[in-house]
Amino acid sequence: MSAGQLPRWVDLGLIPFLNLAAAFLVSGLVVILIGENPLEAVKILVWGSLGYGEGIGFTLFYATNFIFTGLAVAVAFHAGLFNIGGEGQAYLGGLGVAMACLALDTYVPWYVTLPFAILGSAATGAAWALIPGWLQATRGSHVVITTIMFNFIAASLMGYLLNNMLKERGSMQTETRTFEDGGRLPMLNDLFPSFGFGYSPVNLSLFIAILACFLVWLLIWRTRLGFEIRSFGANATAAVYAGISPVRTIIITMLISGGLAGMMAINEIMGSQHRLLLDFVTGYGFVGIAVALMGRAHPVGIALAAVLFGMLYQGGAELSFEMPSITRDMIIVIQGLVILFAGALEYMFRPAIVRVFTPAQSLQAEEA
Amino acid sequence: MSETPAIELRKISKNFGPVQANKDIDLVVRKGSIHGIIGENGAGKSTLMSILYGFYQADEGDILVGGTKVSIPDSKAAIGLGIGMVHQHFMLVDNFSVLENVVLGAEDSQLLAGGLSRARTELKRLEEEYELRVDPDALIQDLPVGLQQRVEILKALYRSAGVLILDEPTGVLTPAEADHLFKILEVLKNEGKTVVLITHKLREIMAATDMVSVMRRGEMVATRETANTSMEELAELMVGRSVLLRVDKKPAEPKAPVMEVENLTVTDSRGVQVVKDVSFNVRAGEIVGIAGVSGNGQSELLETLSGIRRATSGTLKINGETIDLGTSTLDAADMRDKNMGHVPEDRHRMGLINSFAEYENSILGYHRDPAYSRGLFLDLGAIRKNAVAEIEKYDIRPPSPMLKTANFSGGNQQKIVLAREIERDPEVLLVGQPTRGVDIGAIEFIHRRLVELRDQGKGILLVSVELDEIRALADRVLVMFDGRIVGERGAGAEEGDLGLLMAGVEDTHRNTIEGGAR
Repeated sequence: MSAGQLPRWVDLGLIPFLNLAAAFLVSGLVVILIGENPLEAVKILVWGSLGYGEGIGFTLFYATNFIFTGLAVAVAFHAGLFNIGGEGQAYLGGLGVAMACLALDTYVPWYVTLPFAILGSAATGAAWALIPGWLQATRGSHVVITTIMFNFIAASLMGYLLNNMLKERGSMQTETRTFEDGGRLPMLNDLFPSFGFGYSPVNLSLFIAILACFLVWLLIWRTRLGFEIRSFGANATAAVYAGISPVRTIIITMLISGGLAGMMAINEIMGSQHRLLLDFVTGYGFVGIAVALMGRAHPVGIALAAVLFGMLYQGGAELSFEMPSITRDMIIVIQGLVILFAGALEYMFRPAIVRVFTPAQSLQAEEA
Repeated sequence: MSETPAIELRKISKNFGPVQANKDIDLVVRKGSIHGIIGENGAGKSTLMSILYGFYQADEGDILVGGTKVSIPDSKAAIGLGIGMVHQHFMLVDNFSVLENVVLGAEDSQLLAGGLSRARTELKRLEEEYELRVDPDALIQDLPVGLQQRVEILKALYRSAGVLILDEPTGVLTPAEADHLFKILEVLKNEGKTVVLITHKLREIMAATDMVSVMRRGEMVATRETANTSMEELAELMVGRSVLLRVDKKPAEPKAPVMEVENLTVTDSRGVQVVKDVSFNVRAGEIVGIAGVSGNGQSELLETLSGIRRATSGTLKINGETIDLGTSTLDAADMRDKNMGHVPEDRHRMGLINSFAEYENSILGYHRDPAYSRGLFLDLGAIRKNAVAEIEKYDIRPPSPMLKTANFSGGNQQKIVLAREIERDPEVLLVGQPTRGVDIGAIEFIHRRLVELRDQGKGILLVSVELDEIRALADRVLVMFDGRIVGERGAGAEEGDLGLLMAGVEDTHRNTIEGGAR
C-alpha cells in the first residue's frame, strides 16, 4: 500500500504532527526522569526560540541552513535518490563562497559579490555531487554509499586546503582571513531594526532560502525537467518507456541537489562567519535529511520543518542554560528523538492511519 | 447438497467510507467442489475473499466454516480453520528454495533442520497424492511462474488447507500452464478439497468449475451450476447487459508497409538470444497479430521496436527512414518522434505511473510536445484540457483528471494509456496485451477503438497471449516460438492450427508452400 493513497492533509499534516507529538512525549519522559518539570522545559524552549527578537533571529538563522540542506535532500528524493552527502556538498559550497568573497570583497559592495558567491557555492556543491551522481547513473554505484564516503573526502580535502593553501600566513587558526564589507551579507537586524533581532546572525540569506523554496517548487511541479525527475523517481521503468534518459536525469538531479546543499554556505560563511573555517557545517547536512523527510519533500513542509529544527537548536541552547541539569547532551537527545520519530520511525503510525483512511476505490483497483 | 457446506457466508456487507464494496452477500460453497466467483474488476470479488481470509473484517454478516460460525480476525485464524489462499501476486521469497518457502512461517522449531526434513517427507507425500511435482531444492527465482504458483498451492496444502482460494490464478500463466492448473484443481477436488476460483475470464469458469457465482457492483447477482449455464448468460449477468464477444469489422484493406523489420536479433542481459532473426512488415490499414505463449520473445520484440531495449542487429524501416537497430542509439522519445505509438504490455510497470494524477499520465512520453509546454514549463491548462477531452472520448471513469491513477480500475487505467497513445495520431501503433486484467465492457471498447484506428489507415502490431483476442482482431497472424516467427496465417486462422504453432510444432503448412515454390 503506497503513500499515495492518503488524503493530502493526513499525509502532510496529521502524520508529521503525530510523529512530533510522539517525539515530545518521549522527550518529556526523559526530562521527568532527570527530575525536571517537562512543561517548564517546553516553556523555556518555546520562549527561548520564539519569545523575543534575538531568539527568533537565531531560530531563523538555523532554519535558513536547514532549508538549503532540506531542499537538497528533497530534490534528490523526488528522483528516488537518497543524497546523504549534503554535509560534504555544503562544506565544499563554503569553498565556492569563500573564493568569491576573497576575490571581490575589497573591490565591490556585497550585492555585486553575492551573485558570484551563489554561483560559486552552487557550483562547488554540485561538483561534489557530480561524481557520486555519475557513478550511480553509469555504474550503478549506490549514491547512499558514495555520497557518504564523499563527506569524508570533503572533510579531508577542506582540512588540507585550509591548512596548506587558504590559511592566513603566520596565523594559528585554520581559517581564511576575515572578509571585508564587500564579502558580508547585511544582517536583518540592520535592515529591520524594529524587529529587534539583536546580535543574532540571521541575514539576507533567509530570503535567498525562501526564494529557493519557491524555485524548487516550480522546478519539481511546474517544469518538464521536474516532471521527468518525478517520473523517474516514481517508476524508473515507465520513465524509460517515456523516453526519459536515466543517466541524464540522475546526473542533473544530483547536480541540483548538490548545488542547493552548497548554497547553505552562503548563510553560514558570507552571512555569519565572514571567513571560511574548519567544520562549519557541523551536522546541518545530516539534519537536512530529517527536515526533508518531515517536510514530506515539499518546499512548504521543508520550510516549516526547518523552522521547527531551528527552534530546537536555539531553544535547546536556552534550555541547557536555564536548566543546568538538562545538559547540552540532553538537547541533542531531544533533537535525536525528533529526527528518530520524524525520519527513521516515519512509518510507525503510517500503517494504522492508512487503514483508517484508505478509500475504497484503491481496494477495487487492486483487483485489477 | 444435504451435507454441511465447506464455507457459508450470510449477509456479508463491507463498506469503505461511502463505497459499499460488498452488500448482503450470501454464498454457499459445497464441500469437494470447485466454485467459481466471477465479476468485472471492482465487483467486490477480492474484497469478499479478503474477508474470508481475514485481511478485512466484515461490517455485518456471518461466516460459517464447516457449519460452525467463526470469526476470522487475521490470516493466521483463516489458516487455522483450514482456509488457504493463493494470491494473484505470489508471496514467495525469490532466493529461497521451494522447501524453504513451503516451511516459511511454519517452521515448528527454532532449529530449521528438523522442520525441513519433516517438510521434505510431507512434500513428497503431497506431490504424490496431488500430482504436484516440483523439485524441493530448486530456487524460486529459477522456476517459471506456473511452477511458482504450484509452490503456493503446496504451501497451502502443507498447512493442511481444506479450502483453497485462488485469486485470478491464470493472470500470469500461459495457456498451457493454465490448463495444467485446472488439471491440478481437478485432482484436488477428487481428493476432497474445496476450491474457490476467483476470475474474470469466462472460459476458465466454463472449463474448470462445478458451480459459479456472479458478482456485480458489490452484490451477488446469481449462482448457477456451471453445466446449466453459458458464457453468454454469465457475461450478461456480469455486466448487466449483453455484450458482443466478437468484434465487428470489415476485411482489412492494407496499403503500403508503414513498418518493416528485417533480420532483427535481440540478446538479453544474460547473453541469451531472445529474438532470433525476425523479419516482417506491417502495412497501413491492417492489424498484424503476434501470437505465442508468453516468454517467447514477444515482449523483447516490442521493447526493441519502441526504443526501450537495444538490438544486437537488424534494421527497421519506418517513417521513410531506414534505421540500423544494431548501432542505433534511439530511445523511446526518438521513436515517438517517428510517429510510433506504444501501448506497453504491463501498464503498471511501464505504461503508467500509479502515484501520478491522471492528467500527468496523459502526457507521459509526450511531455516534451510543444503543445503542452511554455518554455521550460509545463502548460498545465493545456494538459488538463487535453486530459478532460480524452476522458470524455474514452469514457474513462471516474471522469476526474486530478485523481491518482492507482485509484482507477484496470480497464480505465488501460483506457488512459490507449487514449494517450492513440490520440497522438501515430502511423504505427505497437500494442501489447491491450486487455490483460480488463473487464468485458472495456475489452469491447478497446477492441472497437483499435479496429477504428486500423480503418483510418494506421498500421497496428498487436502482441497478445489471448488467442481469442488475436483471432478476433488480427488481419494477419504471426506466431512466435523460441524467439522466431514460426508461421504466418490469415485472418481466419483455426485455433488448433495456431495452438500447434505456438507449441513449437514444425510448420508443415509453410514447408509445403516453400517446397512447392522451389
